[in-house]
Amino acid sequence: MEPVLTSGARIGDRPRPRKNYLNETKGIWSWMTTVDHKRIGIMYLVATLTAFLLGGIFALLVRLTLLTPQHKLFGLQVTAETYNRFFTLHGAIMVFLFIIPSIPGSLTNFVLPLMLGAKDVAFPRLNLASFYLWIVGAVMAVASMIIGAVDTGWTFYTPYSTTTSGTVTLMTAAVFVLGFSSIFTGLNFIATVHKLRAPGMGWFDMPLFVWGMYSTAVIQVLATPVLGITLVLLMLERVFQIGIFDSRIGGDPVLFQHFFWFYSHPAVYIMILPGMAIISELIPTFSRKTIFGYRAIAYSSVSLALLSFIVWGHHMFVAGQSQLATVVFSALTFLVAIPSGVKVFNWLTTMYKGNISLETPMLYAISFLMLFAIGGLTGIFLGTLSTDIHLTDTYFVVAHFHYVMMGSTVTAFIGGLHYWWPKMTGRMPSEKWGRVAAVLWFIGFNATFLPQFILGSRGMPRRYYNYLDQFQPLHAFSTVGSWIIGLSLFTTAAYLLASLRKPADAPDNPWGGTTMEWQTSSPPITHNFEDTPVLEHEPYDYRPRTVAH
Amino acid sequence: MSTTSTEVQPHGGHGDHEHNPYHQHHFATMEQQFDTSKLGMWLFLVTEILLFGGLFVGFGLMQQRYPREFIEAHEHLKQVISGKLFPLYGAFNTIVLLVSSWTMVMGVNAAQTDQRKKLIRYLVITILLACVFLGVKYVEYEHKFHDGLLPGIFYKHQAEDIIKGTHGYATFFSFYFMMTGLHGIHVLVGIGLLGWLVVRAKRGDFTSAYYTPVDLVGLYWHIVDMIWIYLFPLYYLIS
Amino acid sequence: MDWLRAWMMPPQGSAFAKEIDFVYMSLFWLSVVLFLMIAIPSVYFPWRYRYKLGRVTPHQTHNTTLEVLWSVGPLILCIGIFFWGLNGWMKYAVAPGEAMEISVTAKQWLWQFEYPDQSRTINDIHVPVNKPVKFTMTSEDVLHDFYVPDMRVKHDIIPGRYTQIWFTPTVLGEHSFTCAEYCGKDHSGMKGKLTVDTDADFAKWMETGGTEWEDYFNGKDPKKTPADWGKITYERVGCNSCHTVDGTKSKGPSWKGVYGSMVPLNNGTSVLADENYIRESMMNPQAKIVQGYDPIMPTFQGLLKPNQVNGLVAYIESLK
Repeated sequence: MEPVLTSGARIGDRPRPRKNYLNETKGIWSWMTTVDHKRIGIMYLVATLTAFLLGGIFALLVRLTLLTPQHKLFGLQVTAETYNRFFTLHGAIMVFLFIIPSIPGSLTNFVLPLMLGAKDVAFPRLNLASFYLWIVGAVMAVASMIIGAVDTGWTFYTPYSTTTSGTVTLMTAAVFVLGFSSIFTGLNFIATVHKLRAPGMGWFDMPLFVWGMYSTAVIQVLATPVLGITLVLLMLERVFQIGIFDSRIGGDPVLFQHFFWFYSHPAVYIMILPGMAIISELIPTFSRKTIFGYRAIAYSSVSLALLSFIVWGHHMFVAGQSQLATVVFSALTFLVAIPSGVKVFNWLTTMYKGNISLETPMLYAISFLMLFAIGGLTGIFLGTLSTDIHLTDTYFVVAHFHYVMMGSTVTAFIGGLHYWWPKMTGRMPSEKWGRVAAVLWFIGFNATFLPQFILGSRGMPRRYYNYLDQFQPLHAFSTVGSWIIGLSLFTTAAYLLASLRKPADAPDNPWGGTTMEWQTSSPPITHNFEDTPVLEHEPYDYRPRTVAH
Repeated sequence: MSTTSTEVQPHGGHGDHEHNPYHQHHFATMEQQFDTSKLGMWLFLVTEILLFGGLFVGFGLMQQRYPREFIEAHEHLKQVISGKLFPLYGAFNTIVLLVSSWTMVMGVNAAQTDQRKKLIRYLVITILLACVFLGVKYVEYEHKFHDGLLPGIFYKHQAEDIIKGTHGYATFFSFYFMMTGLHGIHVLVGIGLLGWLVVRAKRGDFTSAYYTPVDLVGLYWHIVDMIWIYLFPLYYLIS
Repeated sequence: MDWLRAWMMPPQGSAFAKEIDFVYMSLFWLSVVLFLMIAIPSVYFPWRYRYKLGRVTPHQTHNTTLEVLWSVGPLILCIGIFFWGLNGWMKYAVAPGEAMEISVTAKQWLWQFEYPDQSRTINDIHVPVNKPVKFTMTSEDVLHDFYVPDMRVKHDIIPGRYTQIWFTPTVLGEHSFTCAEYCGKDHSGMKGKLTVDTDADFAKWMETGGTEWEDYFNGKDPKKTPADWGKITYERVGCNSCHTVDGTKSKGPSWKGVYGSMVPLNNGTSVLADENYIRESMMNPQAKIVQGYDPIMPTFQGLLKPNQVNGLVAYIESLK
């Protein structure tokens, strides 16, 4: 299927430059020592997708184990210990190795400097250091699985995590290292946005993707150090018994939860804000209409980043925090609904009277709107104190955060990957297979996680190896859904890789985007732009005009 | 974390316009490059403060949990016990670090005004003062090790004023070692960075047009001092 | 629409559960409406405004009225929901003073309950209908969470701390409770049975003092004999504060070797220490005082359950 080209602000086709960032230098060493943000972005993409595959395998194993109450896996009996390791590794890998680093490390690394008209990020070496820290963290995490086992859940709650055997210390050390990788990425983006915008580009001329990633970076820098120190304390508690989190030696287990969620709630926004950032690009581009409420969307990103720091206690309504804290955190939690709602309404209004085509990225964007709506609305049930008592720690929570983390963030990530794939590789992926996979994704996702809301509200606790027979049909439904997700992702991987085998065929601006990354060639040259671009119009300006180039 | 200062290293002399050899290609001007590096350093220092902030909060909460034990442990650090002058060590070290901050400022000033010899001199004095700090710290730790005032499971102090095995005391000294230890690691990293500056200064890398690394290490060094300014009263003065 | 509620929620075991379900179902329908408000345009617009070559889109940058409307509207809605939730939660947070108190000790991976009369059960609670019950909970090892789905209540159990939970059961019969905070290997097996009894049934159940003792009398487990139950009772009700079992003298005579022997009394006579004598000594201790001891033993009439008396007799017999 041919890409749809529009009458909008398309840049005239230029001859494809012979040299680009992919073929300027050759050999594995030129990649490993590169400081080019585009190459680092590609390496991050490969790395985080590998982690996604690993985490996904564990997810399928978890679902397969739960298919029947007998817990047979290809004829083998899965024990409770094994199951506990499955869900721990699934959670830890997906959160720390995939969702948190994926969009910032891969897509943002690639397009953020391009969008700003910059030649690179502010600190290219630090960028490479961040990637290698990710590798070190990943190796440590995988090592902790191979030489021992971790069965604490990804939340490492004390005192279970300080007393259980296994390689918990190594796993927490891995997460500590990954935290610094994340800090360096965030720090880099903040400095880049502040100092490396193209001449003439003011703060409100930046694409909304940049606003979203800027907000994300602020959280990465401000929240992650607290996780770092929390994990250090946890490791010391395990090794030296310093007496801070383990009640048997005089500590307070609830304090760990406060420390942990002080990071990990903002971390939820490290995961979702990049998703929202991508959607803010996809919707105006494929609606060929200016974004509605630019400033409202930009401000809502920043306010979500700030709100994320004052709602951590909503993870602990029944965990033994003070009753006053519980009430205050519930009230603050409801504030999150406002900027989230503002974004969704602005996106919908952008589509109104647009000129909408449904290429693969836009299909993912529309999926995002619906899945995020479900994820957000079910959040109200959990923010409401009285219903939360019943629903917390059940499958309802599991379904809720999968709708946000996976249904929203991962959906946006795949959409963004298709959107920028031509820019990154110079190839157009198969549109036909892309649409098939997008529809499968939407069906599979809902089939997997909608039943889990019901399981939860009916009283099925999370992290349960055993369940009552009455829950079996819903569990089976959910497991079949997970196979559809797997099929969709497998298809996506296949046709994306297949597109690399054909000669470069992507035009500079296949979708008719108006942001600066579309002004350079596909794939871009090593220094991004032939001449430093100058801002000529606000982003998302689709009014007909004679193009200057 | 010493990694942050690496990005200010020269990036190689490619690019086609006339410029300083340390001008990186993705910055339009040296000024933009300097401002960006400085912003990056400030952001990094914010993360450092948050890292220590977590420990300060943890200390405060544990103090609430064990008010009596913490005060007694404080008293132990404050008192002159069998000729060991713990509070004097702390006060002396505070003065040492304050002076080293001043020599660092003078060093940056020397770099800005192209005084290479003076820059090297001040950097070396700063390093020496940092070593004095660590030396005093070593003596102090030595006494603590000898008395069994150690973190967690290793706590085995037998003195009359502190009862062995009570949770609060071990926790107090856990925090004491974690916080002063993490600070000590930062001082060590600082010595490494200052040494690296001396090598580069001798090579003649720094001029009034390019002294970013000196400036950034200076910022780092001031934060390390500032954290000590908070640690000192927390452990040696307040009760 | 009650079938929908019945499908989505567990059975209702209390008035509080009905209240929670009403909030839940209201939020559910509100969410359905809001979801349609988002889903319908996100499907309808791409169809209605589908791509046409040359169509020019309007340049609408913003509309302050709309922005204010869709910020303030949800805000008001959210404030309302917050207070609604707070209202229900207040009832959960504060237990009534007259509630019967049951102590809960959770450990990997079982529940131990202790009633006001100190009788104990494991993984099994009986409570009277329509009376508030308060659970005071602590853990011996890691975090646990006491969750009774039918009552719509749960709370974490924290080692080194006491947390509380309460409810007033209104529906007779069996309900289940379970652990809702991950606690290791058998987390999912850490559950038990809550039986709501009529007052009469509950009183009868209380008379026998829990159910733990049954295991010691059914003969299924050779490691659990009536004598073992007697030893547990000996420690639990405090016989051990005056009677030793190793022959040493304490405030009362030692139990070692007493069974079947002739016991000298303070009136100069002696008596055969058989089952009747031992029972009498528990229920009416002043009747016969052993030579050399003060008449200080209080009566255990009404304090000891029949199964405990039987256990103690078997235990003393075993010390022969």
